[in-house]
Parts: sequence; structure tokens; C-alpha cells
Amino acid sequence: MSDSSHHIVSYRTYGLILVLLLCLTGISVAVTQIELTRWTMAVALLLASTKSFIVLAIFMHLKFDEKIFRVMVAFVFLVFAAVIIVTFLDYAFR
Amino acid sequence: MSETAVHHDEHRDDLGSKLGMWLFIFTELLLFGGLFIVYAVYRHANQEAFHLAAKQLDVTVGTINTVILLISSMTIAMSTTAIQKKDKKLTLILIGITLILALVFLVNKYFEWSGKISHGLYPGSPVLEELGQGDILFFGLYFFMTGLHAVHIIVGMVFLGVGFMRVKNDRLSFDNYQLLENGGLYWHLVDLIWIFLFPLFYLIT
Repeated sequence: MSDSSHHIVSYRTYGLILVLLLCLTGISVAVTQIELTRWTMAVALLLASTKSFIVLAIFMHLKFDEKIFRVMVAFVFLVFAAVIIVTFLDYAFR
Repeated sequence: MSETAVHHDEHRDDLGSKLGMWLFIFTELLLFGGLFIVYAVYRHANQEAFHLAAKQLDVTVGTINTVILLISSMTIAMSTTAIQKKDKKLTLILIGITLILALVFLVNKYFEWSGKISHGLYPGSPVLEELGQGDILFFGLYFFMTGLHAVHIIVGMVFLGVGFMRVKNDRLSFDNYQLLENGGLYWHLVDLIWIFLFPLFYLIT
């Protein structure tokens, strides 16, 4: 179909993204080894979210694909966030 | 338009194919998402037990498996670049490396699980019965979620294996590589899930 306009991502870009992801993994391992008590969970999840954003954008080509894919993925994550919020509102006010 | 002018176009919709793959990925994300919520709620209810139980897991093995999956994600992403550049040999090498890394991941998982089981830590074990409700929940979720993830690794290997054979037989090439791209998307999903499983089970104690 739209193959002629298909964006070819360079090997170099993928390599640099891998290095970035490995660095973020290293940071999350290091951060969780020191006892930051209640901040540990937040920092670890923030780093995991950053990593997943990078994987979605570059490895899964969302950055280069048609806009509809980005809209759909954003919608699914919003639905998931809403379910988390509703669940914890329930647990917080029991 | 005369009858003789009918020509046989290949019926193919690459964009539709990719859209279908994404819709399937959404169901997978919500399946694991639901399990993450179960984990969060039980962790909230059994904080002390989850804290102690998580210390039983080996961070080193978890980190090695994370690195393996990240590298394999890169190699499979690179394979779609290679096929678009009409480099068949490199495409096959990159898919091959991905499959080998997937196998190494599973071998690590096997030894990790065996270690836990030999210590009497498996669903329904007498050791866990003695440890109490929080540990039963933690290890139940650990085995179920990492197990379901491992099943996805195996399915991904079959998916990418089909891609490998088709590239090899020239049934999949630079102008017709959607199957490989979809296989790649599935593989990245497996990586994506592990990105969250790793901190939740291994890192946060």
C-alpha cells in the first residue's frame, strides 16, 4: 500500500535506542538497590514507563506510523489508567 | 472495461494487517494490565509479606533476562530495516539472533523456576502454606504472570520462526514484509510486558 512512503529507521538509531534502554535499566536496578523506601516504587515505575514509551515510539514505529495508531494507543492507555484510578478509589474509601 | 482486461492483483492490505495486529496487542495489554492491577491491590493489602517474598527473587537473573529481551527487541527491529534494504542475508541473521536470545531467556527462566521449586516455593506447596496468605499470593502471581509471559515468548518464537522461513523461501521480501513487521510488533509487546514485570517482581522489595 503506502510502502513507497514507508520510513526506514537506520541501524544506528536502533543501536542508540538500545544503549539508552540499557542505561535506564541500569539506573532502575541501582536506584532500587539503595533503600529509598516509599519513593522506590514511584521511581521504578517512572523509569519503566519511560522505557515503554521509547519502545512504543521507536521499536514499534509509532513515531513514524500514521497518526491513527498513536491515537488508538493513547486511548487504550487512558482506559487502563481510568480502571486503575477507579480500582484504587474503591480501595481507598472502603 | 473488457473481460480480457481483468488482471490478477494481489489482494493485500498492509495497513489493515498492521491495524489488526495492534488491535490484538491492545487485548494483550489489557489482559496483563488486569493482572498488574490484581498485583497492585494484593501488594497494597499484604505489604510486609510482599516485601519479604520479593527479596527471594534473584535480581541478577532478572537483570540478565531484561538485557536479553532488550537486545532481542533491537535485533528484530533491525530485521525490518534489513528487509526494506533488500538485505536477505542480514534479515535472516537478525531474526536468527532474536530466536536464539528468546531461547536463552527461556533457559534462564527454567533454571530460575527450578531453583524456586526446589526450595519448596511453588503454588500449593507445603512451605508456602506455612508462610501465609501474602506469600501464597506473591508466588501465585509470580508463577502465573512470568509463566503467561513465557508462553508469549514461545508464541513469539513460532511467529518469528514463520517469518524466518518465509524470508528464506523468498515468500517475504522488501515489498511484502508485513508479516515480519507484525511479528516484530508482537515481540516488542513481549518486551514491553517484561519491562513492567521486572521492576514489580524483582526490583521493588
